[in-house]
Amino acid sequence: MSEWVKSERQAERERFRRAHARRSASIATVSTVVFIVLVVWVVTQSPGWPRVRETFFDGEQFVKALPDVLSGFLLNIKIFLIAEPLILVVGLLVALARGIKTPAFFPIRALATLYTDVFRGVPTILVIYLIGFGLPALRLQGIPTDLATLGIIALTLSYGAYVAEVFRSGIESIHPSQVAAARSLGLSHARTMRFVVLPQATRRVVPPLLNDFVSLQKDTALVATIGPLEALRQAQIHAASTFNYTPYLVAALLFILLTIPMARFTDHLAARTRRRRGA
Amino acid sequence: MSVLTLEGVWKNFHGHSVLRGIDLEVRPHEVVSLIGASGSGKSTLLRCVNLLETVDDGAIYLDGEEITDPRVDVDGVRKRLGIVFQAFNLFPHMTVLDNITLAPRQVHGVPKARAEEEAYGLLARFGLAQKANAYPDQLSGGQQQRVAIIRALATQPRLMLLDEVTSALDPELVLEVLGIIRELKESGMTMILTTHEMGFCRDISDTVCFLDGGVLLEKGPPEQIFTEPEHARTREFLRSVLESGRF
Repeated sequence: MSEWVKSERQAERERFRRAHARRSASIATVSTVVFIVLVVWVVTQSPGWPRVRETFFDGEQFVKALPDVLSGFLLNIKIFLIAEPLILVVGLLVALARGIKTPAFFPIRALATLYTDVFRGVPTILVIYLIGFGLPALRLQGIPTDLATLGIIALTLSYGAYVAEVFRSGIESIHPSQVAAARSLGLSHARTMRFVVLPQATRRVVPPLLNDFVSLQKDTALVATIGPLEALRQAQIHAASTFNYTPYLVAALLFILLTIPMARFTDHLAARTRRRRGA
Repeated sequence: MSVLTLEGVWKNFHGHSVLRGIDLEVRPHEVVSLIGASGSGKSTLLRCVNLLETVDDGAIYLDGEEITDPRVDVDGVRKRLGIVFQAFNLFPHMTVLDNITLAPRQVHGVPKARAEEEAYGLLARFGLAQKANAYPDQLSGGQQQRVAIIRALATQPRLMLLDEVTSALDPELVLEVLGIIRELKESGMTMILTTHEMGFCRDISDTVCFLDGGVLLEKGPPEQIFTEPEHARTREFLRSVLESGRF
């Protein structure tokens, strides 16, 4: 059979598709520009704009606050980087504990259920208060008093409950036939989980987990309420001494810079999954 | 005029040609079967006709209109085609009735009452009247596939595409699905089907096409293809099917 030689008809089609793609791109550009111009116009035409610009968009204050807020932000990143692996471990263990069917381990299962119920129910900021002020007050030996450490413990407890539920929904989404196949090969419940269910479940829950990560990144700012000098706290200090809110804008920008790459990464993973399914 | 015409259709995947210049014509009320080994391009051909795949060269005409033109309204083309898949692909969250009336109501603008009346008519005709309010997972495979055929039929398509519609079924359920297809032929429906059921294929087809490596190697009435095929490849394929007991 002859090899494929592109026909004139196909070449014309491809020219049309390329032109169409170019047109779509220019329409997208124009509509974006129009949208931005419109938003800027509405904001700058508002009666309070001169005052808002002065309080929130002061270039001088921005430059002055940046070094302190930035150094505070490094603490946010540290809190996040330490809390995240801990959360994954807690979440996974709790999710597995909730799946244990052995009667003797009922207390563990009940405890895991109670944990997720309580810590998903209590607002994160309250958990931070209770841990931050309550735990050191016990004056037990070995209890940390460092504020950032207490913040990490509080965030881990709060987010661990959410992540446990994400893992559990992933585990439950794996079709029972997979468990049946593994068990019929003689694998124990634990081995079935480890080699068959969890590898499939974790892949499935990566997008919602990353979503929780993004949320955690900004919730590190809640730790400011018990006092460590992270980004929000530094911004508060600056704002309090000048009555200018530009430092808050600095902090907000830093948080956005951190979360946007994560959000795009999540999108990228979701798109890859879609492609793999051959949609 | 022919319902469907394929003119030198090519389809490439990752530098490999799955369809290599297919020419085919389907006349009104004609039943055309595509046979051939796995990977010969049968399913890809159906997917190209349905515009689920974009052809890389050549043209496909539906009632004389070129549907492979990039300017064509894809949804408008698909409105006129019915396709039935190997794995049924019923919507699991909808009842049988809702599965059938979805497209007539949402795409063709048929009022609810009339769409349901027609759906009940079709269900009764194919012996599924009691199942209207059941969900797909409450049905046997054969029943599900019959519902899938009815769903495709409910939009009164110009042409039905049936892709290995009995391959996922237990042998005793195959017959009920084949029965429905036979009845469609008697009612004058134009159809293209891919199948491994050679006996059925021989029985129902007006034209049988043998595909091999993306090439339409041989085409003719079933008596000719099954009794005196021209090509050695066709004979070889039919012999292997015969030996596997699928004839």
